[in-house]
Amino acid sequence: MAELTYRDAVIRGLAQEMTRDPDVVMIGEDIGKAGGVFKATVGLFDQFGPLRVRDTPISEQAILGAAMGAAMTGLKPIAEIMFSDFFAVCFDYIANEFPKSRYMTNGQVKVPLVVRTGNGGSARFGAQHSQSVENWCMMIPGLKVVAPSSPVDVIGLLAASVRDPDPVIFLEHKGLYPTKGEVPDGEIVDTLGTAKIVRAGTDATIVALALMVPRALEAAEKLQTEDGINCEVIDVRSLVPLDTQTILGSVARTGRLFTVEENPRLCGWGAEIVSIAADESFYDLDGPPVRITTPHIPLPASDVLEDLAIPNAARIADRVKRALQG
Amino acid sequence: MAKKTNGGSGLVERPQSANDDIGEEMRLRLYRSQYTLRQAEQRAHDLFLQNMVKGTSHLSLGQEAVAAGFGEAMKPGDLSFCTYRGHAHTLARGVAVEKVLGELMARDNGLMRGKGGSMHLTSVEHGVMGSYAIIGAHLPIACGAAWRAQYKGSKDVAVCFFGDGTTNIGAFHEALNFAVIWKLPVVFVCENNLYMEYTPIADVTAVARPAADRASAYGLEPIVIDGNDADVVYRTAQKALAKARAGEGPSLIECLTYRHSGHSRADPAKYRPPGELEKWKERDPIKIYRERMAQFGIEPDAIGAIEAEVQKVVDDATEVCKAAPPPSIDVLTTDVYADGGWAWRN
Amino acid sequence: MDVLMPQLGETVSEGKVTTWFKSVGDKVQPGDNLFEIETDKVSMEIQATEAGILSDIRVPVGAVAPVGAVVAIIGGSVAAAPASPAPATSAALPGPPGKPAPPSRTAPTPPKPAPAPAAALAIDPYFEVRTPAKNYGTARTAAGMMTTPLARRLAGEAGIDIAKVKGSGPRGRIVAADIKAAAPPPAAAALASGPTSAEVKALYKDVPFDEVPLDGMRKTIARRLQQAAQTIPHFYIADDVAVGALTRLREELNAAAWQGKDGKPAYKFSLNDFIIKAWAAALQAVPAANAVWAEDRILRFSRSDVAVAVALEGGLITPLIRDAGAKSLRAVSVEMRDLATRARDRKLLPHEYQGGASAISNLGMYGVREFSAIINPPHATILAVGGVRRQMVEQADGTGAFASLMTVTLSCDHRVVDGALGAELLTAFKAIVENPVRLLV
Repeated sequence: MAELTYRDAVIRGLAQEMTRDPDVVMIGEDIGKAGGVFKATVGLFDQFGPLRVRDTPISEQAILGAAMGAAMTGLKPIAEIMFSDFFAVCFDYIANEFPKSRYMTNGQVKVPLVVRTGNGGSARFGAQHSQSVENWCMMIPGLKVVAPSSPVDVIGLLAASVRDPDPVIFLEHKGLYPTKGEVPDGEIVDTLGTAKIVRAGTDATIVALALMVPRALEAAEKLQTEDGINCEVIDVRSLVPLDTQTILGSVARTGRLFTVEENPRLCGWGAEIVSIAADESFYDLDGPPVRITTPHIPLPASDVLEDLAIPNAARIADRVKRALQG
Repeated sequence: MAKKTNGGSGLVERPQSANDDIGEEMRLRLYRSQYTLRQAEQRAHDLFLQNMVKGTSHLSLGQEAVAAGFGEAMKPGDLSFCTYRGHAHTLARGVAVEKVLGELMARDNGLMRGKGGSMHLTSVEHGVMGSYAIIGAHLPIACGAAWRAQYKGSKDVAVCFFGDGTTNIGAFHEALNFAVIWKLPVVFVCENNLYMEYTPIADVTAVARPAADRASAYGLEPIVIDGNDADVVYRTAQKALAKARAGEGPSLIECLTYRHSGHSRADPAKYRPPGELEKWKERDPIKIYRERMAQFGIEPDAIGAIEAEVQKVVDDATEVCKAAPPPSIDVLTTDVYADGGWAWRN
Repeated sequence: MDVLMPQLGETVSEGKVTTWFKSVGDKVQPGDNLFEIETDKVSMEIQATEAGILSDIRVPVGAVAPVGAVVAIIGGSVAAAPASPAPATSAALPGPPGKPAPPSRTAPTPPKPAPAPAAALAIDPYFEVRTPAKNYGTARTAAGMMTTPLARRLAGEAGIDIAKVKGSGPRGRIVAADIKAAAPPPAAAALASGPTSAEVKALYKDVPFDEVPLDGMRKTIARRLQQAAQTIPHFYIADDVAVGALTRLREELNAAAWQGKDGKPAYKFSLNDFIIKAWAAALQAVPAANAVWAEDRILRFSRSDVAVAVALEGGLITPLIRDAGAKSLRAVSVEMRDLATRARDRKLLPHEYQGGASAISNLGMYGVREFSAIINPPHATILAVGGVRRQMVEQADGTGAFASLMTVTLSCDHRVVDGALGAELLTAFKAIVENPVRLLV
């Protein structure tokens, strides 16, 4: 057992998988000699060499295209797109090529790759370097979408993603890189499509992802001490496949559902979860499901304004309290 | 132009066949391939007129020499990356006519059981790694396949076919740069048929030779060849493949050719100046090659036998496809994910 | 062959013929331009795909034809292929998606069924959610109160009339907590949670078993009797009752029955008919025990409504004979037979099995000597009746003689019926049964 940062967990997860399987290769901007702009690939170039940890020009289409070509001919590439906002310049691969090739070719072409990317806000980077784009990916049949919130989950879910036979979008939260957590020694492999109850409770279910998980936990503690409201907090971890049973099972116990989403409101992932719950958990609901999201705005650069925009513990607690007591 | 091929000049030397670098056997193969592509695509066109091919389809009638020349030069294990105008390149790797027509006709016997359609013909067992309908998408993908060959030390080469229109999209430039900096075993084959969809390529391109004039920007040799002469294409392909296999990096080849049909099935190609099509039909690759074979003394009987065989293959394939059922409805939700199904939730 | 109007793009539905390049009777070769069409998108020359003689032009210049219509006919090339007079749009075409394949003349091998996608997941790909099977009614009550879905389900499951619940949620909404407050104490609910089916199944994982799904009756029995056993403080009193006199009376009465119009005896009493009647009389005799528990009070009744357990396929039900004390033995007998018949046909109406202060459960016909029963709430008592047996009994003179005895066990809700009261009730019953002529007065 050791305390590790989320950033170092990325490095350990990558090293674990590259050591295990020589077909695992990495490709991206500044990931090699420079160790990554977020320092999440430090040391891997020296350990595994330039053919396996490939520095690229600023060519996002070429990065993802090359990852795909390598994946469909036998390698297990891990491509890095520095900021998830840049998905917009290489979205053809994410939306058209990775996810549809298997289907279109009736199973002939397989695309087992991972796209790692720095996702989310709180770093004051402004509207084009701070977005939470998980919902861009979630809407595409054929992709899997994973977003860990803790160091141990980073390693376990990264390993599961690398070993998965489908294309996986692996969203690392930029705001979580410096956060720390206990990580057991030895190989760690988790399972995609499994949500985790990170706090047990009886009065309400709060479903969160990535940076919103620690904020939801903080809100739950606040609600417990200040208002005696005992919330269950679920870390979704994997949007596709989606572990609806853990979420709906919790709603069956608590009767109330809240989602905390960093993405702007329209078509955020919480909308899908609420939609499923509205149908399947209808007679478990003791009040309207509530979505807590970033407003439907581009993210501002100013710290004051960005902090207002992205859901925080105080806003989560306030929304939950008002919904339960209002 | 690598060889005097203009039938009009009438003064083509007739070398001894012993000195011929291509030889009768390969010539017959190249002819069989071109004739198959021509007949199969003509049949696709006819089936479209009979409403038996739905959706869209993009024919490369008149461009057969490129696909055939590369198809014969490539070795088993080499990988083809094609465009939505990819029937010819797929067939040229040995995929059965029946499988291609079946896919065009959306029958269960199609290459992908009707799930991909005309624009996405793929046959991994033949090295046809897909036909890509988003312009330029497959150039980086071909780079990735070549990266794998380089990393694993295997000797296969990725050959990526695309049109003149592709030279103006970003992925073309990203891929060329990648291939050069990493010295990848990939061959980029631009089929310049003079039109990007409905617009003359010259009207929308900064340089006269859309591919070759960009080559030097990436430190590559500018190569322009007669894309209607299968011998020329075959020789050029051999050279580029050998270079890639030797670890000497990528090539970019611009093949001048002409599309006899419209861009897609709904395009009557009225934008072409009068006489242009007729002029190019004089340079029809099938016609050129018949003359070539005659020059090399190949017996008309051997050619006639190939034509009869090909005709029968295409006719038989047509009948099989007409009789084939539409895809079984259960394939609708198969192979979205690697578990064989579509499930995104528990 | 038929020359068809081609579909020049998926959004094009018809085409107009603007030119004919060939006339009827002309020879045509594959690739010859036949005619030109104009759609809202393009104009295009259409070529012949077969050689032959243009034998008919069906769509003249200027006419519009739908996609797939026969525009012309080329004959002569294939003698055996007569031109079709009908629009040749669909004959050779595959059906639309979702429809079975058209019959094929060459009988192609059927495709292998695709692997079942994610077999564990029983979700319809055309719907992708599992909608609740049961509807618990609308959000607004008759009185105009809003209820949450969970509150409606809990009320429905507990048989609580939601109209009588007061809402404590936002804007007076009736929420789950309001239903829980109106339901039995939460302690019962807490006790009620036993091992899950998965846990139970795990115990028997090495043993073959069939799983029997719970129907509504089984669920009701489970819920009500579990609640009764957990919440009603039961105690039991048993005694032997001599039924020799009763048996003789029954035989005499049945022997005296006249013939009805159908030729059958006008009545035929069972032993149970007498027991019902005797129990009703006993309840009349001890009115303090003819009562039910109503949480914050006790309700006492002046008339004897006696419920009688009737075993059914897969369960039981307790139809009620109202005012059994006031009814003649024959009326009780007829009514009981009718109720039992309809109970077995599951045709009883709720008012026919709800109510009463006590019940009788008779297992005598199974040869059971004695047993005790769980009170059927809100009753205060239930009488468990065993079988009649012959037993040596000491007589008043000290000698022994065989007598017909029946053991009855009374279960009492101690909140309503204390020990002495229960004993009084049982004694009254015994007195009547052992002197059965009282039933006739």
